[in-house]
Amino acid sequence: MANWVDIGVIAVLNGLAIGLLLFVVAVGLSLVFGMMDVLNLAHGAVFVAGAYVAWWVVGGSPTWTGWLAALGVALAVGALAGGGLLLMTGPLARRSHLEQALLTLGVALVVAELLSLAFGEDVRSVSPPPGLGGTVSVLGNAYPAYRLLLIALGAGLAVAAHVVVERTPLGALVRATVADRDMVAAVGIDARLVRAGVFVVGSMLATTAGVLGSPIYSPRPGLDSTILILALVVVVIGGLGSVRGALVAALLIGQIESTGRALLSDLASFLLFGSLAIVLALRPRGLFAGAIGGQH
Amino acid sequence: MGAAGAGRLARPPYRPGYAHVGWRAGTATTVAVLALASAPFFLAPYATTALTRMLIFALLAASLDLLVGITGLPSLGHAAYFGVGAYAAGWIAGHGTAAAPAPLLAAVAAGALMAVALGWVAVRSSGVFFLIITLALAEVVRQLAVSWEPVTGGSNGMYGIAATRVGGTALTNVAHLHWYVLFWFLVGLLVLWSLSASPFGATLRGIRDNEPRMRAVGYRPFRYKLAAFVAAGAVAGLAGGLLAAQQRLATPEDLGFTTSALALLAVVIGGSGTIWGPCLGAALVILVRDSFGPSLDGHGPLVLGLVFIVVVYAMPRGVAGVRWSRRRPQLRTKAG
Repeated sequence: MANWVDIGVIAVLNGLAIGLLLFVVAVGLSLVFGMMDVLNLAHGAVFVAGAYVAWWVVGGSPTWTGWLAALGVALAVGALAGGGLLLMTGPLARRSHLEQALLTLGVALVVAELLSLAFGEDVRSVSPPPGLGGTVSVLGNAYPAYRLLLIALGAGLAVAAHVVVERTPLGALVRATVADRDMVAAVGIDARLVRAGVFVVGSMLATTAGVLGSPIYSPRPGLDSTILILALVVVVIGGLGSVRGALVAALLIGQIESTGRALLSDLASFLLFGSLAIVLALRPRGLFAGAIGGQH
Repeated sequence: MGAAGAGRLARPPYRPGYAHVGWRAGTATTVAVLALASAPFFLAPYATTALTRMLIFALLAASLDLLVGITGLPSLGHAAYFGVGAYAAGWIAGHGTAAAPAPLLAAVAAGALMAVALGWVAVRSSGVFFLIITLALAEVVRQLAVSWEPVTGGSNGMYGIAATRVGGTALTNVAHLHWYVLFWFLVGLLVLWSLSASPFGATLRGIRDNEPRMRAVGYRPFRYKLAAFVAAGAVAGLAGGLLAAQQRLATPEDLGFTTSALALLAVVIGGSGTIWGPCLGAALVILVRDSFGPSLDGHGPLVLGLVFIVVVYAMPRGVAGVRWSRRRPQLRTKAG
């Protein structure tokens, strides 16, 4: 009996860590789609770029300065990636959503190949910062200390995103743009700068998540589509353009992913995508799409 | 947003009723088929094998075009049906019979059955939602192929698939294999073309261009979209069966995201909605991946990604959308 409780505690903590990480990745994807109708299929590649930055800067001999430098470099890379994608999708603004998605798919292929050219085909493992490589006792269970830090940081970022989007004038503008872009323009607000900002900040969050997640999701070829698919599942379940939805869906997916793996390892992905299918059958636009948005 | 958005990729003329084949198209088709059939006499064996692979991938791309170009459903998970066809053909060849049509029939049946099951969920959505859902469902299928090791061979794939036998002799000769693939390629293409040219195809185009109106007229779009999805899945399964016959190997890669993305790439490069355009696109994709790929250290997708980006910007209707007519203003057509 105690054994089951132990497995449960570890699985819930793992789920929390994965879920919060997924939220940080998915919130940018969700808001960019909500505000600009651009489905950024290169988002997974941006995440992996952050993870490779962590390996390149931190590597196998971690120091705190190395980690902070990696975060700094990753933020710069994220800003560049976001800006680049913004410039590339700009000329296609009058074309269909599909063509913009295809463009980002092409970018994702190119970025993934460039990364594997630069960093090779091997799995690159990243060590946690010094002092966090060991385990901490949680309710009598040994648990990796770094994952607890990840939970704390992820929760902090989630709260920050929630406060900015739900409680500030800027966030009100973001929500209004998601809900009805033309009306925002009609009342005389030029939201172009805010949209560009959301694109850039979303990419920066993705690279940050790449750095923070690198000790768990070691950078390797193919990780980009894994992360992209998980983030897309989060975004679809939560409802495109909803921060609250993305948070709830990310936590849900994190729990399904980790408890699923702990209990029925072979069936974990079926649970994951089964829940996606159920949500889509019951609420085709996601759980929280009605809360804000609903233009589709 | 979905139907109208996807429809802008290509908009061939809307013709209710059956389409006719003009003498020009007929001549071009005859010449192409004769050239493909006589290729093994002129080409080195490895070049013939590359051509055979192009035919297989072209059939996959053409079947995807039935969804993307004609029905307006952009699928990013079409390799699932292709890979399932390959596994089914391989399994039947190993555990049942490898005599000629049996593995292919199993492949078609497997592709169609899976398309019924997954399409029933997927075609309820449209546009980018359809893209995401097909991607996610294909990922489930890939996971299944990796984890169901006793049947699929896990991440190593199913290797050493028994060679298909025609009339008692095993198809190991490169030229014979090429003709076998060519025959079934033509059958598959004929099925796709007949569907596209029939009133059924006209209804699909109607749904693509204006679904609410088709519903108002009395059609049930769900049924038509599901039927198109199943037909595309069946033909993709056929292509997968041919893949198993040719490379005698089925791997989770064949089901994966990259294969799906390359198939979609072939459709977009070739020009969606034309059936023949995606075949050209597929030939180009395979040429870049398999012929230039090795000299680029296996980074063919890098070139393909760049080609993809250029095509999305410069040729929204693909190769097939470039008008080769005498009227100069139409030389460069852009999506309206």
